[in-house]
Formats: sequence, C-alpha cells, structure tokens
Amino acid sequence: MKKGYIRTVASALVVVGTLALLQRLLVPKYVDGIVEGAFVAEYYKEVKDHDLLFVGDCEVYENFSPAVLWQDFGINSYIRGSAEQYIFQSYYLLEDAFRYERPDVVVFNIQSLQFAEAQSEAYNRMSLEGMKWSPTKVKAIFASMKEGEHFLDYLFPILRYHTRWSQLEPTDVEYLFHAKPVSFNGYYMRVDAKPAENVPTGKPLADYSFGDNAWKYLDKMVELCEKEKVQLVLIKAPSLYPYWYPQWEEQVERYAREKGLPYLNFLELQEETGIDYRTDTYDGGLHMNLSGAEKLSRWLGEWLVEHTGLTDRRGEEDLSARWEEKLSAYEAEKRRQYEFYGIETGN
Amino acid sequence: MEELLEILRDMHPDVDFETEEHLIDNGILDSLDIVSLISEISENFDVTITAKDILPENFNSAQALYELVRRLEDEG
Amino acid sequence: MLFTSYAFLGFAAGLLLLYYLLPRRCQQPLLLGASCLFYLAAGPKYILYILFTALTVWFTGVRMGRNTQKAAAYLKEHKEELGKEEKKAYREGQKRVRRRWLAGCLVLNIGVLAVVKYTNFFLANLNGLLTAAGRTGQLSFFALALPMGISFYTFQAVGYLVDVYRGTVEAEEGPFRFLLFVSFFPQLIQGPISRFGDLSQTLYAPHAFDGRQVSFGLQRMLWGYFKKLVVADRLLAAVMTIVGDVGAYQGAYAVVGMLFYTVQLYADFTGGIDVTIGLAQALGITVKENFERPYFSKSLKEYWRRWHISMCSWFRDYLFYPLSTSKAMQRFTKFTRKNLGDKVGRRLPVYVSSFVVWFSTGLWHGASWNFIVWGLLNYAVLMASEELEPLYAKFHARFSVEGRLWYRLLQVGRTFALVCVLNIFDCYATLGETVQAIGSVFTVHNWGVLWDGSLLKLGLAGLDYGILTGGCFLMLGVSLIQRSGSVRERIGRRPYWVRFILWYGLFLAVLLMGAYGVGYDASQFIYNRF
Repeated sequence: MKKGYIRTVASALVVVGTLALLQRLLVPKYVDGIVEGAFVAEYYKEVKDHDLLFVGDCEVYENFSPAVLWQDFGINSYIRGSAEQYIFQSYYLLEDAFRYERPDVVVFNIQSLQFAEAQSEAYNRMSLEGMKWSPTKVKAIFASMKEGEHFLDYLFPILRYHTRWSQLEPTDVEYLFHAKPVSFNGYYMRVDAKPAENVPTGKPLADYSFGDNAWKYLDKMVELCEKEKVQLVLIKAPSLYPYWYPQWEEQVERYAREKGLPYLNFLELQEETGIDYRTDTYDGGLHMNLSGAEKLSRWLGEWLVEHTGLTDRRGEEDLSARWEEKLSAYEAEKRRQYEFYGIETGN
Repeated sequence: MEELLEILRDMHPDVDFETEEHLIDNGILDSLDIVSLISEISENFDVTITAKDILPENFNSAQALYELVRRLEDEG
Repeated sequence: MLFTSYAFLGFAAGLLLLYYLLPRRCQQPLLLGASCLFYLAAGPKYILYILFTALTVWFTGVRMGRNTQKAAAYLKEHKEELGKEEKKAYREGQKRVRRRWLAGCLVLNIGVLAVVKYTNFFLANLNGLLTAAGRTGQLSFFALALPMGISFYTFQAVGYLVDVYRGTVEAEEGPFRFLLFVSFFPQLIQGPISRFGDLSQTLYAPHAFDGRQVSFGLQRMLWGYFKKLVVADRLLAAVMTIVGDVGAYQGAYAVVGMLFYTVQLYADFTGGIDVTIGLAQALGITVKENFERPYFSKSLKEYWRRWHISMCSWFRDYLFYPLSTSKAMQRFTKFTRKNLGDKVGRRLPVYVSSFVVWFSTGLWHGASWNFIVWGLLNYAVLMASEELEPLYAKFHARFSVEGRLWYRLLQVGRTFALVCVLNIFDCYATLGETVQAIGSVFTVHNWGVLWDGSLLKLGLAGLDYGILTGGCFLMLGVSLIQRSGSVRERIGRRPYWVRFILWYGLFLAVLLMGAYGVGYDASQFIYNRF
C-alpha cells in the first residue's frame, strides 16, 4: 500500500516536473530578433514607484525614452507597451500595474483605437503572455482571444508552442530560468536612421468611426484613472505611417474635449519638438530612433512638468542609485549600437 | 443429414464438414456461400430459411444446420 | 464537439469523475444527460431528429414486442383447441401485423435520412437530366444541414427494430433506456453501429470503479489520439494539396495521394474508433470492435470482413440476407435456374443482391456519384474474384505457394494497393477528376518528383516525413503484436516503471508531435457526418 502511494506521488512529480521544464523550454524567449515579446514581463522586476506610466503599442515603446525623462527632469517613468498592443490589452495592463503602484500620470497613445478586435494571434501572445497571473490577466485574455483561440493555450503555453522543439535555439536553454533584459524601462532602443521618403497617404476608408468596443475600453481607462485619481494624458505619436486620418483626429479631439483630458498630437508638434524625419526615424517614418525618441521625451518632460506638476526626484538616494545603474546600461547599449551600425558620434 | 453434407461438400470440397464446428467464426462460409446454401436447401428440403434464421449458431456446423432444417420442417 | 477538442477532453474527464463519484443509480441518467448535451453542442435543433428516431423506433418496438407476447400467450392458451393449420394461420396473421408496424417505422426513419441526406443529390441529378432533355429551368436546392451522426444512429435504431421483429432481441420498454442506446455519445459521431443485443448487455448495468478497465480505456484513447493527431492530421494537408488540384498533381503525385489518403483514412478512422471504444471501456461499457487489422487482408473480400465491421455486417444482416432470401428472390432463383441452367441461375440472385448492397453502401457513405462508383467498383472486384476463384484454386494446386510468407506478403500488398486505388474515389471533388488522376499514373511519367524534393512542397517538411514514418512503423508494430493478443495486457504485465515510461512517452509524443492547435485546423474526423 505504502509502496504504491510513493510510486504514484513520484510519478506525478516526474510528470509535472518534466512538463513544466518542457514548457519553459518551448516558450519563446524573445531575446533576439523580436524582443518586443519580452517587454510585458520585464515590468515585474521593477521597484514599482513610478510617477509616470506610458501605455500603448510601438508608438510608445519606440518613441519615448524614460532615461531622458529621468536625466533631464527627474521623472521616474515606465512604458507598458508591446507590439500592436490592442486598446483592451492596454487597459488591462494599466489595471494590472495599478495592482502594484499608483503613478501620478498615465500617458496613453490612441493609435490603437482603430482596432476594436484583436487582429492577430501572434500579437495577442506577445502582449498577454508576459503578464503575471491575476484576475486581470484572465479578463485580458478573454477580451483578446480571436475565434479559434483557447484559454487553455494561455494557461498552458506548451499547448500553443508544442511544435517549437524543432526550432529550438541555444538561447532557449540559456534563458531557461532567467530572462535577459531587453528594454530600458520599456523603451526599445534603435540608433540607426532611415529617412522618411514618399510616405503613402491613407487609402480612403468606408467608415472612419472607431468601433464600439474600442471606445468602451477608452471609457474604462478614463474611469479607472478618475477612480484612482491619476491624470490621464492622451497622445498621438508622430508616426507618419500607418496613416492617421483627419476624421480620426476629429473624433479623438472631440472625445478629449468632452472628458476634459489633455490631448497631444505630435504629428502637429513637429516644429516644437524639432523632429526631423530625415534623421530621427529608423524605418522611414513608422518609428522614432534614439535621436527622435530623446527629442520627444525632452519636449514631453517639459510639458509634463508644466501641466501636471510632476516633480524632480533626482534628490532621492535609492532611486538615483537605481537609475545610475540603468543609465550605464543605457549608455553601453548606445555605444554598442553605434558601433554595430557604424555610426560616428560627436562625443 | 447426408444430403446436407453433400450440398456442403459440393461448395467447399476441401472442408471436413463432419467435424468442423466453426464454419462462420473461422470464415469458411461467407455471406455468398450462405445464400447459395439457403437456396440449395430450399430446393432439396421443403423449408424456407429466412434472414432471421441466419445466425452464427445455426450455421457454425453441419449438425447445427441440420437441426435448423429439422426445426423449420416441424414448424412448417 | 470534436474528439480532438479541449472541450471534449474536459467533457469526458468531467463525466468520468461524476460517473464514479455519484451513486451508481445515477450512472444511467448521467450518461443520457451527457449524450444529450453532446448532441446539443452540435446544434440545438438537430436533437429533434434523433429524438424523432428514438421515439418512433422505441414505440414501434414496444408494439411489436407486445404483439409477440400476446400471440405466444394466445397460442399457449389455445394449445389444445387449435389445429396445426389454424396455429400457422394465426401466427402468420400476427406476423403480418408486426410487419406492418415494421414497414411503417422503416419508411418514416429511412425516409428522414433519405430526405436530409439525399434531396439535393437527387435534385442535382434531376437538373442534369432536365438539361440533357433540353429544358432550361433548374430546380433550386434546399439548405438542409445533416444532423450529426444521422447515418449511424438511424442504422443502429433500424437494426434494433429488425431484431425485435425477428425476435432475436426483446423490445426495450423504457423510453429513456432506449434513447440512451440510440444516442450513446462516444459512438454518435462515427459509429460503430452497435447491435442492441451487444451494447445493452453493459450499457444499462451499474458499473463499479474498476481501475484496470478505466486505465485500459484511457490507454486506448491515448493510442487513438496518437493515430489521429500525429499521423492522420499531419497527412491531411498533403492529401488536400494533391486532391485539391488534379491538374497540377498528376502521375507520381496521384500515387502518393492514394497512399497518403489510405494511411490517413486508417489512422483517422481507427484512431477515432479507439477513442470511442476506449472511452466506453473507461465507463465500463463494451463496444464491439470495428476493425481487425484490415490492411493485413489477403483479398478484398477479407478486407471487407475486417474493415468497418459494424457497417458491413449491418448491410449483410439487414439488407443482403433479407433481400437474397426473400420470396421474390427465391422465385427469381427458380426462374433463372430453369432458364439459364444451374450454374448461372444459382449465382444471378446473389449477384443482384450484392449489387443492391454495394450500391447502398456507396450511397450511405455520401450523396455523390463518387461514392456510388466507389461502391460499385468494390462490387465489381469482389464478383470478379469470385468468378476467378476456380482459377486461383487451380493455380494454388499447381504451384505450392499458398501459405508461404512471401506469397502472403504479396497478397497483402496487392490488396493494400487495390484499396489505395478504390479509396481515392471518395477523395477527389468529382468522378472526372478521379479518373483523370488515376489515368495520369499511366500517362504522366514524373517519377522523379519522388526524390527531387518536390514532396517537401506538399505542406510536409522533412521532419514531418520522419514523424510519419515513425508513426506508421509504430502502427504496424502494434498490429503485428496484436495478432497474438492484447497489446495493453502485454504491457500491463511489465514492471511499473516500464509501463510508466511507455505510456508517458506516448502521451508526450501526442503532446509534442500532434498536429493540433494554431496552424492546424481542427480537422473533423473523416467519417463525421456521413
């Protein structure tokens, strides 16, 4: 009897152990190539006392640099963004962040209003998988799943990635138990430049109004921030493409007016921010490179100090020490990339 | 009985019908054989074997088949 | 709810848990509830069809059963007074009453099946005839969706009805018990077509938890999932590619398509039946085997005794025998014998009956000429080999090859090849394409594609071929071992850790090599909705 009992327990342990290990092995690590998939999980390693949180898609995590906000203004910020992060995912990532901390200001990029439903399973994966398990994550998954997706595949990612064993790479073993930091407070750095040329204008759409589901989550975000007494700021990053239609702009402006929210459209602030589309983008106008992101961050920092009363925290010892470390990693990555892309720097 | 064995031997000369007791289970008689067999029996005996009588236990041996024929003759 | 969906696995697990935790008197209602739930999941309105069949057949069965009892009681009571002739007349009279019940119920149920399954096929053919006759008007089709498993449960119910009529089983008095027989969910999607006499023996009995039965059942399910997910669904993409474009894939491709489809069909269908029988076994219920290593058959005739046994025996017992022993057929036999001589006269009725059976078998598989031609080709081959029987006998007598291993392998290979060719008829969209594909084997000489890497462009990578080869060898090995008894019992006699590694290994193989999830469509089992 006792022997049978031990045997059962031992077998169960072997099964659970091997499955857990296999799952860790098979889940993508996002350490090179598409690193965006690792961003959401990185947040949890932070000491969570940020003054400012960004939420949104690539238009936040490639366009604003928290390092500059710290260096120049003493603002401690973090970006909760991932590739094509849909508005409902942004909402739940914010709700998730509020489980840990209460920032003074939240900046949300409204680009994702155009998608009322998830468009791609792969992007769902990158935005959701990194989240820690909580009721918020469950809600986020159910809000995101496309037809044919299953909650079970999120609960046990091995079911989703079961065929990856034929594509494993050394990094899958190297980062089996720990992740490699790939962002700088959620910022994805690129130093190379590719001028914006011949940016196509948008094709006419049949219907310019944003979907009900998208509005619903923007409403929820506004309510959440009101409830938590957090200042919400809406922005539109200066990406030339995908095309931002005037009809869209109108709707957002009206909404911001109605709700009494500040709304900054960086497409219209080119002169003020000093963005030069010949040198400040690395992919022809879709995303900013380091130079562009630092320009935007400087302008935004000034605006924030002036309009939201964020204060300089550079006097705080612990925080400064933490940032010291982060800044040296930031500078090191800069140097590495300048070298990699063969770019001469003035300093 | 002898008449019945005659019919059976005519169909499968290589089978010893006096001892074989698993004509159906061993796949010696297939459905086509059974139908020809039934038509032979109705020619030679005055009985009609219908679909409901076609059960393995009635066709597994010559003896069983003979008993079926006798039973049907009685009922007739 | 597909067998390969998470929903089904959760459903089965939940059911098993409740089944053995609740008091035993709850098991039967639980099974019925589960079956209804399973059916409702496929579309709520379809349940009306199965309820209709269950209700009408149950009611008719009860009426026929009561009539039989009444007749027996009457004869017993009046044993002394009635003469032999009177008794016979009475029996015949009562039989006529039962026959009327039977006929009415058969017309109703086969009628429903015919209408939902064949109306549009009939209309399409009618349209063809009208066009040929020079008419321009076309009849429009009906949007009739096929209720899940209708071909299977209708046949199962009809089989029961005939059994009651013949007196081989007693009528089931309980309507809910009968509904459970018709709707027993593990076999609802793709059979087997169980007989009441077999299934009722374990279906209604209370089942105590039997660890051995439950684990054997789960093991069998796992093996079924391996065949289905690792082999069949992996092949699906390639088969679809080949049969989807007959113009592009000819010659060698057609041969590859036939081979792949035959392997896929086997893995898919026997895998699905493994899941069915395994789940039933875990519930303590015995469902009869539907396959007996069919691809080891030495002739097509033998193949049809070992492939889809429940369907074949259904057609044999409920169509072939009644037809070939019917009064009309007997008169026909007498007539042909008199006019065409003994030899031919004896065969003709059998051939006529067989023709009807194979035509129906084809039609049962699907409302299209593909299937009808497939059925009739089977018929043609079977009858031809029947005619050639004496020739074979002479050959075997002359050369002592029979029973030798190489000769047996040759026979098995020949039968397998034959089955490959016949099966492809239910694959291509039209008969014309099928003929074109088979013809191209002789006219298009592109055998180079077999080794120049073209096969890697069918949706299968090199690794997939490796997995498929391994899977096929495993299936072959299991079948070889199975000839001398149950594989699970054999494994069951091994030490614990050996068993653990084997079964956990199989589980991991399904988990890691199964063609499921994103990127793979949850392909329906091929036999679904026939």
